[in-house]
Amino acid sequence: MTAQYDIKSRIGPIGLALPLVAFIVITFLIPLANMIKESVYDADVADALPRTLRLLNDWVGPDLPSDEVFRTIAEEIVVLQENRTIGKIGIRVNRVVSGTRSVWGKTARRVDGVETDDMRTTMVGIDDRWSDLALWQGIKKAGQRYSAKHYLHAVDLTRGDDGSIRRVDTEQRVYNTLYLRTFWVALLVTLLCLVIGYPIAYAIAHTPPTLSKILLFCVLVPFWTSLLARATSWLVLLQSQGVVNDVLVWLGIVPDDGRLSLIRNMTGTLIAMTQNLLPFVILPTYAVLSSIPPTYMRAAASLGANPFQAFVRVYWPQSLPGIASGCLLVFILSIGFYITPAIVGGTKGQLISNMIAYHINDANNWGLAAAISVIVLMSVLILYVVFDRWVGVDKLKLS
Amino acid sequence: MYTDEEVQITEPGSNTHIEFEHVYKSYDNETHVVRDLNLEIEENEFLTLLGPSGSGKTTCLMLLAGFEPISSGSIKIFGQPIQDILPHKRNIGMVFQNYALFPHMSVGKNLEFPLEVRGVNKSEREQQVQRALELVQLGGFEDRKPSQLSGGQQQRVAIARALVYEPSIVLMDEPLGALDRRLREEMQYEIRRLHQQLAVTMIYVTHDQQEAMVLSDRVAVFQDGVVQQIASPETLYEEPARVFVSSFIGDNNVLYGVVKEIQDNEICHVDLDGDNRVQALAVTHHNPGDEVWVTIRPERISIRPEKDMYTNNFPAKVKDVVFMGDHLRLNVTTCGVRDFVVKIPNIVGHGGVLPGDEIRIGWAALDCRAIAREPEVVIQNKKEIQQNEKKYIG
Repeated sequence: MTAQYDIKSRIGPIGLALPLVAFIVITFLIPLANMIKESVYDADVADALPRTLRLLNDWVGPDLPSDEVFRTIAEEIVVLQENRTIGKIGIRVNRVVSGTRSVWGKTARRVDGVETDDMRTTMVGIDDRWSDLALWQGIKKAGQRYSAKHYLHAVDLTRGDDGSIRRVDTEQRVYNTLYLRTFWVALLVTLLCLVIGYPIAYAIAHTPPTLSKILLFCVLVPFWTSLLARATSWLVLLQSQGVVNDVLVWLGIVPDDGRLSLIRNMTGTLIAMTQNLLPFVILPTYAVLSSIPPTYMRAAASLGANPFQAFVRVYWPQSLPGIASGCLLVFILSIGFYITPAIVGGTKGQLISNMIAYHINDANNWGLAAAISVIVLMSVLILYVVFDRWVGVDKLKLS
Repeated sequence: MYTDEEVQITEPGSNTHIEFEHVYKSYDNETHVVRDLNLEIEENEFLTLLGPSGSGKTTCLMLLAGFEPISSGSIKIFGQPIQDILPHKRNIGMVFQNYALFPHMSVGKNLEFPLEVRGVNKSEREQQVQRALELVQLGGFEDRKPSQLSGGQQQRVAIARALVYEPSIVLMDEPLGALDRRLREEMQYEIRRLHQQLAVTMIYVTHDQQEAMVLSDRVAVFQDGVVQQIASPETLYEEPARVFVSSFIGDNNVLYGVVKEIQDNEICHVDLDGDNRVQALAVTHHNPGDEVWVTIRPERISIRPEKDMYTNNFPAKVKDVVFMGDHLRLNVTTCGVRDFVVKIPNIVGHGGVLPGDEIRIGWAALDCRAIAREPEVVIQNKKEIQQNEKKYIG
């Protein structure tokens, strides 16, 4: 009887949590695992050229691979041509050895049906890049199922032919700058949100209810408006012939021929992101500020502290949990911001998310996109752990 | 005692410390929370503001501490008006109802805070904190966080913090409200001891008449923003000037009647409903025909008195008998009044009264008091109190 009751009372809460668990597993954990796998696992080339790659296992150079290898790859190319997947292999190998994309199509068209004992000569005849050791090394590299190549790529590193890791050429370095820029923007936006948001939260927490409701409404309305709509409105407001510049010119603050460029650059990204993320600082800070009993300030005054001392020593420290959770939220959200910088950021205001989107939508390099995402995710997790040590996550207060 | 020059003694020799003169306070300009408050508090006095919630007693503290502006009238400390002095410059110690210890600071830091803002140097601060903590018997608790302390300990810390910078005035706003009864009693004696040990004027707000009795030199009884009576606990109990005071301080039976005749300007004969006539002490001046309240303490009533022992002798029907430990509480109907309370001490031969019994009860004329319906507020000064103390205790 009691045992039965015990089991029931235990199953109850677990049962209630099941939908949530399922939701998290399906929408978060599985895609996350998939993404991590995608960043290190790439079987396209390995599955397309299995026999060639097996033969290449023992090959190191400096001579060209044996005639058998040429024969095998020719056969596999023919099959790929029939499956219409040869182009994909070309792209994959090309990422390793650039300038080799056309080799594949050209060879595939001309090798089909050729009967020869000397496939090596035939293929080199079709395209002399087949006699280039680099191409073969590239095939071997691209054929690895597991590799850290995306991660190297994502931090502007590359592996040389001898296997050593070195930085890519200066003009190809893009990602590290983008991480730094993203974190810098996130930091600036967080600071701006704090500087603007704290006084607003204070005002909402300490004005009479009617006024504070109005203020809260003003904070929430933009929050409920579509991100896209807001980003586009910033375009209207901030462009050189836009409202803000017009007003500044009309007031004589800036000359007509010296209109400020507030959009399609870093300034635009900062302004729009700050506006977007302001509620995330205001709401948790407001929640904490309104829970600080007014007696504390009275106590401080009765003990002889002037209003400034009372604020700094008593009020501010108690508002830290709200500020910390607000800032953490803003910082993390900033790191993943995509739509706003895409619309108002121009090229100078692009962030790492825009690069991830580019690799998914345009470059079709999901592995690299996944690697960048994992790096961003890890840095956020590290931040979270640091925050936990420093402030304590259990002290977070979200409205 | 004053280390701060912010509040100066303008009248040396005068021992009136705080004065409220015609103080009014209204939050909405319509209803007054405090009405025409006149109070003189002497140096080193322990004054309790007693009253039900919403009677304006806490507001008085807030006015004195400067957290609320007064609507009219003035408050003076040593004769100097303080309306224009900011709260943090008044140098008044305050203990709040919920302690208001700063949760992010250790006990030591909490106590150092008032010294730090006064620019006291580190070593002196530590000494003073030590002394204050020892005063409330919490030596060695410096590094604890307030959340690690029990309610009673937090209260002691709050008191120590209000005393550590040696203010000459300490205000306490229902400081023991959140403690259980045992702890409350313990803390009452603690506060009493502190007051006797230190030269401070204490103003204490409570709704607990027991607490007021234990602690105070004088008690000001508040009702609806008006002081009903200011007197020593003994006087309040023995000579309540108003019906409200008589029933708020201790239990009391209140009968309503009309004065018929007055004897020697002292004893008046009052006709109650139902043809009963009682003789009572005329507390205020009455004329025949005046409507009065007659109050009798439940413990002053005897059951089954000997014939002719009391002038007031009536039949009563016992409705209920409650055993209270040290006494029995009878609920009787008498003189046409229901819920008339009689307390009889729990001693051998208390009579074995049972519900439903018809008994006789009686009391002395001097133990029952006839009070006019709207008498003047009575304010007692210290001299009178000392005389009264001799009268009641000596």
